[in-house]
Amino acid sequence: MIFSRTLLRQRSVLPGFDLALGFTIFYLSLLVLIPLSAAFIKTASMTWPAFVEAVASPRVVASYKLTFGSSLLAAVINAVFGLLVAWVLVRYEFFGKRIVDALVDLPFALPTAVAGITLTGLYATNGWIGQYLDLVGIKVSFTPLGVFIAMTFIGLPFVVRTVQPILEDLAKELEEASATLGATRLQTFHRVILPILTPALLTGFALAFARALGEYGSIIFIAGNMPMVSEITPLLIITKLEQYDYAGATAIAVVMLVMSFILLLTINLLQAWTRKRQGK
Amino acid sequence: MSAISPPLNAHAAPALQAPPHLKSATQEPAWVRYTLIGTALVFLTIFLFLPLASVFTEALRKGWQAYIEAIAEPDAISAIWLTLTAAVIAVPLNLVFGVAAAWTIAKFDFRGKNILLTLIDLPFSVSPVISGLIYVLVFGLQGWFGEWLRDHDWKVIFAVPGIVLATIFVTFPFVARELIPLMQAQGNEQEEAARVLGASGWQTFWKVTLPNVKWALLYGVILCNARAMGEFGAVSVVSGHIRGQTNTLPLHIEILYNEYQMAAAFAVASLLASLALVTLVLKYLVERQVAKEIAQAQADVH
Repeated sequence: MIFSRTLLRQRSVLPGFDLALGFTIFYLSLLVLIPLSAAFIKTASMTWPAFVEAVASPRVVASYKLTFGSSLLAAVINAVFGLLVAWVLVRYEFFGKRIVDALVDLPFALPTAVAGITLTGLYATNGWIGQYLDLVGIKVSFTPLGVFIAMTFIGLPFVVRTVQPILEDLAKELEEASATLGATRLQTFHRVILPILTPALLTGFALAFARALGEYGSIIFIAGNMPMVSEITPLLIITKLEQYDYAGATAIAVVMLVMSFILLLTINLLQAWTRKRQGK
Repeated sequence: MSAISPPLNAHAAPALQAPPHLKSATQEPAWVRYTLIGTALVFLTIFLFLPLASVFTEALRKGWQAYIEAIAEPDAISAIWLTLTAAVIAVPLNLVFGVAAAWTIAKFDFRGKNILLTLIDLPFSVSPVISGLIYVLVFGLQGWFGEWLRDHDWKVIFAVPGIVLATIFVTFPFVARELIPLMQAQGNEQEEAARVLGASGWQTFWKVTLPNVKWALLYGVILCNARAMGEFGAVSVVSGHIRGQTNTLPLHIEILYNEYQMAAAFAVASLLASLALVTLVLKYLVERQVAKEIAQAQADVH
C-alpha cells in the first residue's frame, strides 16, 4: 500500500506493485546492500592513520599500480581488437563465422579458475605459446605480463558485444552519402563511422576495465603473486584476511569499491549517451 | 502485405549488381578485407581457440583412464555435489527476485526507478573477492552475527551457507537484467486487456506475462547457472577449503593444480569447460529467439 501511494507516478490497473517492489527491496537489502554496508561500517571504525597505513603502504600501492596499469592496458587492447572483431563479424562473410561469433562469449562462460590454469599452461615456457615467446626472451607466466594476458582474456567480449549491435544498425546511406561526397573509405570510417561508434566503444572499454580491476580467479594462477612485482589488489585482500587482519582487508576493499562505483556511474552515463545517439 | 508496399528492411532487398569493373563505394578492397579478417582471427585464436583446445588436450594427456579416475574420485564427486547444491539454491532464488524486480521496473512508472536499476546491477561491479569478504564481515566469527551464530552452533562462513550466499551475490542481476528490457519493450497492453476481461493478478501473470518472457527467462537462468557453477573468487573467501566438505569444483581445481596434479586439474576443468560450451550453444539458440521477440514486441507497438 505504502509504496503505491507514495512512489507511483501513474496509477495502474496492474496489481502487485507493492508486493513486487517490497520483495525486490527486501531481497536487495538483505543480500547486497546490508552486507556491502558492513565494509563501510567496519572501515569507519578505523582510525585515520590506521586506514592510511592499510591502504597506502608500499606493497599495497605497488598492487594498485599493477592492477590499474594492466587493467587499463588490457582494456585498450580489447577496445582496438574488439572493434576489429565486431567489424569483421558484422561486415564480412567467412567460413565458420557463426561459430566464431558464438565463441566470443567464451570468457563470460568459462569459469575463471579454468581460464587461469589454461592460460598459465599455454604461456609457460613449455606451453603452446610460451615456448615460442621464450625463444625471443619473453616470459609471460609468473610475471606482470601474465596479469595483462589474463585481463585481456576475461575482458574480450565486452567491446565486441557493445559495438556489434550499433554497427549492425548503422544506416548504409550515411556511408554512401560520404562516398558520394568524395570521401575515401578510410575517411568515411574515420569521420562518419567511428564517431557513431564512440559511445559504445567507450562503454565496452569501461566495462572491460571494470571487470579487469576486480578480477581474481584467472590472474592468481598466471601471475606468480610476488609481493611488489606481480601481486594484484584483490589478492592482497585475501592475504590480509588469511592473516586475520580484517580491518586492513576491508580498508583495501573500500578503496576498490569506491573505484568500482565511480566506474559504474561512468558506464551508466556512457550508456545513456549511447542511447541518446541511437535516438531511443 | 500489398505488393506495392516497400520492403520493411531496405537492406534485405536484392541489391542491383554493380558491373565488375566498378568498385563498390561502401566496400573495402579485397586485400583490406582479408587482412582485417586474418588479424581478427589470429587475435581470437591466441585468446580464445587455443585456450579452449588446450583445456581438453591437457585433460586427456594421461589418457581416458586417468581422466575418469580424476573425475570419479570421492573429493571430486563431493565437489560436484556442492557445486550443484549451491546452483540449485542460488538460481531459483535469483529467478524469483529477477521476476519481481522486472515486474516492478518494467510494468510501473515510479520514483527512484533508475536508482533501483543501478542497485540491482551493483554486484556486477564488485570484485568477487569483496563479494566474499562482506559476508565474512557479517557472519564471520568476528562479524556482526559471529558470536550469536557460534552460541547457536550455526556455521555460515567456512560452511555451505556461506558458499550459497556468495553464489547468490555474484549471480544476483542475471535474470532481472534479461527480463527488464524485454518486458519494457512489450509494454502493458496485454496485461491490461487480461485484467479488463476479468483475470486476476496471478492469472494475468501466469497466463499472459510469463509465456511472453519465457525465452528471456530461460536465457537469464542459463547465464546465472553458468556463473553460479563457475564462481571462484567469492566462494574461495568464504569456503575455508575443507576437502570433501566445502570445496566446489573451481576450488577443487585450484587444490589439484597447487599439488601439481596437472592432468587431474585439467580433467576437472574440462567438465566446467564443457559446461561453458553447452552454455554458449544454449545462449546462441535462446538469444535468437529473444531478439525475435523483442523485434516482434517493438513492431507491435509501432
